[in-house]
Amino acid sequence: MPDDAGRDDAVNAGTASVALARPAFPMRERMRPVAATTLLALLCGVAAVVALGIGDLPLSPAEVVRAAFATDGGFATTVVLEWRLPRVAVALAFGAALAVSGALFQSLTANPLGSPDVIGFATGSYTGALIAITVAGASFAGTAAGALIGGLGTALAVYLLAYRRGVQGFRLIVVGIGVTAMLSSVNTWLLLRSDTEVAMEASIWGAGSLALVDGAQALPALVGLVLLVPVIVLLARPLRQLELGDDAARAHGVRVEPARLAVVAGGVALIALVTAVAGPIAFVALAAPQIAKRLTRSAGVPLLASAPTGALLLLGADLVAQHVLPTPVPVGVVTVVGGGAYLLALLVHEARRRL
Amino acid sequence: MTGDTPDASGPPGAHAGGARLETVDARLGYDARVVSAGISARVREGSFTVIVGPNACGKSTLLRALSRLLEPASGAVLLDGRDIFRQPPKVVAREVGLLPQASTAPDGIVVADLVARGRYPHQGLFRSSGAEDRAAVAEALEVVGLADLAARPVAELSGGQRQRAFVAMALAQRTPVLLLDEPTTFLDIAHQVELLDLFARLHREGTTIAAVLHDLNQAARYATDLVVMKAGAIVATGAPADVLTEELVHDVFGLACVVVPDPITGGPLVVPR
Repeated sequence: MPDDAGRDDAVNAGTASVALARPAFPMRERMRPVAATTLLALLCGVAAVVALGIGDLPLSPAEVVRAAFATDGGFATTVVLEWRLPRVAVALAFGAALAVSGALFQSLTANPLGSPDVIGFATGSYTGALIAITVAGASFAGTAAGALIGGLGTALAVYLLAYRRGVQGFRLIVVGIGVTAMLSSVNTWLLLRSDTEVAMEASIWGAGSLALVDGAQALPALVGLVLLVPVIVLLARPLRQLELGDDAARAHGVRVEPARLAVVAGGVALIALVTAVAGPIAFVALAAPQIAKRLTRSAGVPLLASAPTGALLLLGADLVAQHVLPTPVPVGVVTVVGGGAYLLALLVHEARRRL
Repeated sequence: MTGDTPDASGPPGAHAGGARLETVDARLGYDARVVSAGISARVREGSFTVIVGPNACGKSTLLRALSRLLEPASGAVLLDGRDIFRQPPKVVAREVGLLPQASTAPDGIVVADLVARGRYPHQGLFRSSGAEDRAAVAEALEVVGLADLAARPVAELSGGQRQRAFVAMALAQRTPVLLLDEPTTFLDIAHQVELLDLFARLHREGTTIAAVLHDLNQAARYATDLVVMKAGAIVATGAPADVLTEELVHDVFGLACVVVPDPITGGPLVVPR
């Protein structure tokens, strides 16, 4: 822009931008998110190979790889591909889905506590599943449907209750926490009024477990998750704009309310698919995006890096749940304990920062 | 900046000196609360229009309407004669930029990345970040004097630098029209003048500017066109020297004052009694 700045400046403007491209953006800092995300993805692969080798028939990583690619169909191949792979794949995919769902909500609410399990989604799906199990005596499909309806209904209710000339992040969280508290008592009441055996079954579902998931049940959810990938990719750019505040986003040409609704819908769809199949698995959605943010040192909550972080967390938690503890427990129990400690640390850290 | 921007949306009426951006009998408000019953304000092509008025007179509301943040209940907001609410938001965002009263910088973002987010209306799904974007960001950083701090986290900047980073984000949008909502709030006097001088320079280089300012004397010094508002309506428009009189300041602000020539510019200077 030459004018009063003088012709020299006009000439310099070209060189300045070239010079700027180098010292102002040190490659190491630029590359860190990419490098960290790649590393996390590689770690997922390593963890998967290790996980495929653990069990009553222990296999070394080399044996796992050999068995996986063997064409003779030996016993090791059956163990690795047919017995263990579905659960490992589901753990990775569900962990990634939960984490991305959490990242969407945390970015939208600009709050590390704004994850779908805090704002009532998980509790709502449990309510739906409980009604399906204890009232209708439903099987797996019925439970999944109940969870889906319960979760989506709760998300819609929270969104509408928080809507006042648009939805503001903090209001969404506060309304969500209120709705969660109400539904928790409904859940307790539903459990208390049903027979012991039914209540036991429902409680196991409510803890969130991958043990009950077989390939046939998981497949529709996995297909659904894959279909959601392009949707999430489309949402990423408007979401980055929403982080600047509604006014700036609108001034940049974002249709703010439709974009926000789409982000809520995408985040809810991700967690809904997981919860319908595996039950409410707590805290992965809450913790993974924040861990990914610290690892990548990215601006805002990283969507992409959250995926492998969540995958690693859930696979790790599932290994602990299956093999480390004296008796296998639902993976949700492990994530609740680990996540509880994380949440406490987060709250203490936030409180200190405010003081 | 206008010079090399092709005027794509140019039906007649966009000639120099004509209204670039205007509200036509716009009814503005929030829910049931009406702020302006029917306001017609114009921002001339090539002008530095400043909207002034007492607190709660509706000046920010008017700017929100001009910047497409608030849709009028009736009436219209026109850009080059065309309703801005009937055009794709990104198309308008390539013509009209805004420095909002409050923006948030995402946690941990560095200056250059924040500024680059102003490129959004020029980008599409398959056109993410090209040479033009990098040039626009580099130029915006140069203009506001933050080129050396491009890699610095926004959180580490001073208040003045922070505001200039947001100005750079708006500049990176490369719009021929720039709207400013109280751009100098929270800045000390030196930073206020520094920022206003920057806007004056952009204006000289061809950007049409409309701003809401609190300080009457700053408005008088920088504006080519003054829009004076009271209770949701426009009471006077025109060049500061014609508009700013002792009677007007008394009527609009309830302030007894004398208006003397500014010792630096010769324009009007409001001195309270």
